[in-house]
Amino acid sequence: MRHIISLLMENESGALSRVAGLFSARGYNIESLNVAPTEDPTMSRMTIVTSGSDEVIEQINKQLNKLVDVVTVMDLTDGDHIERELMLVKVRAAGDDREELKRMTDIFRGRVIDVTDKTYTIELTGTGHKLDRFLQAIDHSLILETVRTGASGIGRGDRILKL
Amino acid sequence: MELTGAEITIRCLQEEGVEYVFGYPGGAVLFIYDELFKQEQVKHVLVRHEQAAVHAADGYARSTDKVGVALVTSGPGVTNAVTGIATAYLDSIPLVVISGQVPTSFIGEDAFQEVDAVGITRPCVKHNFLVKDAKDIASTLKKAFYLAKSGRPGPVLVDIPKDVSNQKVEFEYPASVHIRSYNPQTNGDINQIKRAAQLLLEAKRPMVYAGGGVILSDASKQLTELVRLLGAPCTNTLMGLGGFPASDKQSLGMLGMHGTYEANMGMQNCDVLLAVGARFDDRVIGNVAHFNSVPRKIIHIDIDPASISKRVKVDVSIVGDVAHVVSDLLAVLNSSKQKPEAAALKDWWKQIAEWRGANSLTYKNSTELIKPQYVIETLHKITHGDAFVTSDVGQHQMWAAQYYKFDQPRRWINSGGLGTMGFGLPAAMGVQLAHPGATVACITGEGSIQMNIQELSTCKQYNLPIKVIALNNRYLGMVRQWQEFFHGNRYSHSYMDALPDFVKLAEAYGHVGILVEKPSDVEGALKEAFARKDDLVFLDFRTDSTENVYPMVPGGKGLSEVILAEDL
Repeated sequence: MRHIISLLMENESGALSRVAGLFSARGYNIESLNVAPTEDPTMSRMTIVTSGSDEVIEQINKQLNKLVDVVTVMDLTDGDHIERELMLVKVRAAGDDREELKRMTDIFRGRVIDVTDKTYTIELTGTGHKLDRFLQAIDHSLILETVRTGASGIGRGDRILKL
Repeated sequence: MELTGAEITIRCLQEEGVEYVFGYPGGAVLFIYDELFKQEQVKHVLVRHEQAAVHAADGYARSTDKVGVALVTSGPGVTNAVTGIATAYLDSIPLVVISGQVPTSFIGEDAFQEVDAVGITRPCVKHNFLVKDAKDIASTLKKAFYLAKSGRPGPVLVDIPKDVSNQKVEFEYPASVHIRSYNPQTNGDINQIKRAAQLLLEAKRPMVYAGGGVILSDASKQLTELVRLLGAPCTNTLMGLGGFPASDKQSLGMLGMHGTYEANMGMQNCDVLLAVGARFDDRVIGNVAHFNSVPRKIIHIDIDPASISKRVKVDVSIVGDVAHVVSDLLAVLNSSKQKPEAAALKDWWKQIAEWRGANSLTYKNSTELIKPQYVIETLHKITHGDAFVTSDVGQHQMWAAQYYKFDQPRRWINSGGLGTMGFGLPAAMGVQLAHPGATVACITGEGSIQMNIQELSTCKQYNLPIKVIALNNRYLGMVRQWQEFFHGNRYSHSYMDALPDFVKLAEAYGHVGILVEKPSDVEGALKEAFARKDDLVFLDFRTDSTENVYPMVPGGKGLSEVILAEDL
């Protein structure tokens, strides 16, 4: 089953590689992983999307907690949560395609953030599922580049991940 | 007053009460060695290979309750140390390894003797640090010692670039240490402990399975009291030998792949299993599905939550330090009006007596060929079971574990998790330095000993009167045994051709060598060796080359699917 695990860790060099190394050393899946400092610059927040049996997920949580640089871990999938992913897509946009691509971007509530005479760069935010659907909705042959951040997640309401 | 990073490093070791540093100098640690030279409090032991430095620090740590310390240079110094670090990691041994690094301005340039020490050791340390500023050395070393020893112990590497060791800053050793992301749990949850007590009191066929956590937590006294109170049988893992006295009538000896029949059958047939500081390792419980195929309640005490329900689902998990949890469990049991079920226990012991009747630790002695088991039994007799015994890895290790009955903790020093050949001799050096007057024996094979034989030179330099008991069967015995059982007797590269003359080799290093070829000479040779209190004696026992280790649970099989010597 797919799980989205969120964690706070020390914002120190090498901390990311400890997490990445743990996943590869123990043979766990990483679907996506993103990390950036929080409002407290000494701490980083990481979101990992992974999958596995209940036993494997339990081990992942425990092993992450065991890392000295990891401050706290929460499996967001255990409760209500929101997840979002950002995608940038560069498409070939010439002639009639320009209008069609703009329309599709609007339908998905995306934005065109860079325009040249031959290309659009479209920004789109949403669940991974929504981003997949957008890519399916446009003409595949027009896609020049896709960049995705992987999911970021946060608990709903009172579910707060703090020190 | 301002001190250099190197001075600070040594001052920190002094503050931590470090007695010995095992190491080998090199370019990146020259400033640190210079400061070692200028003081006498921290004694340095010069090994002949960095792997041995870490093993020696490891042996020192295992035989005491202190943190072992090693010091190596950058590049090959670190890579040589990696096997030692991984060995300590797999067995949860507290070490601080200080490595030199190329100057900070050279890092990343593929400089001479540069290796990413933090990267290369990351998967085999509890934690590691690269110190980029001398003002961080003191706090980092304070953290390193704290991390190494607290919680589930383990090795910690501190990498210090050369320029940092020469940088001058103010020195103050922190009085205390706090790491916000690291809070190991010492006391177990009292409700879980009460649940465990209730299960144990109601058990018809209780069994205690005790591992290395008992040794690391110095909890053998509490464990022994618990086992006696419960009236239950107790088995020890390879890492846990000595945690419960082997000579006690409630001891079933070691369990696992080469464990006794009664221990393995007890594990399989008990109704309540109390696992104490053990982790259901593959060599211990064999096939997981087979192990789980019978119903039993499992209580698991461990300091590391990640060890619980990792391989085997448990019913009551208690996270905490073994000594604390077992003490609390004893208190709950003692205050309970209920007593263990005497009638049921009687039946259980009757069943165990039947299994014991299989006499699984037996061998046919010979007047022609020296049986390795006989050497170990005789060693036990000559040393009154009171020696510190280190071991290498292979058949000799299993025979030592089976036939040297350990009654005390921290006497059996071996590489259980990683299974590192070459561990025994350097580990014995650390043990002997920690216990100068004590009897230290290194049980080894002609294969393993050659993996760190150069340390005979270190032993000479520091007058370490270790007794090397080499069970020389001219084969990589454990490999040969598996090839015999599972690979159609095709002895692919397990034969040790062109062996050195170990007696002459020992003599060349300035020690005493004794060749023993006849069973009738075994006892006399051992007596002679141990009478030489001040000498390292290398005993080359030419043992039966085809002897196998029994009982054996083949890899992937269940604990009751055992091969006994008589089955063949």
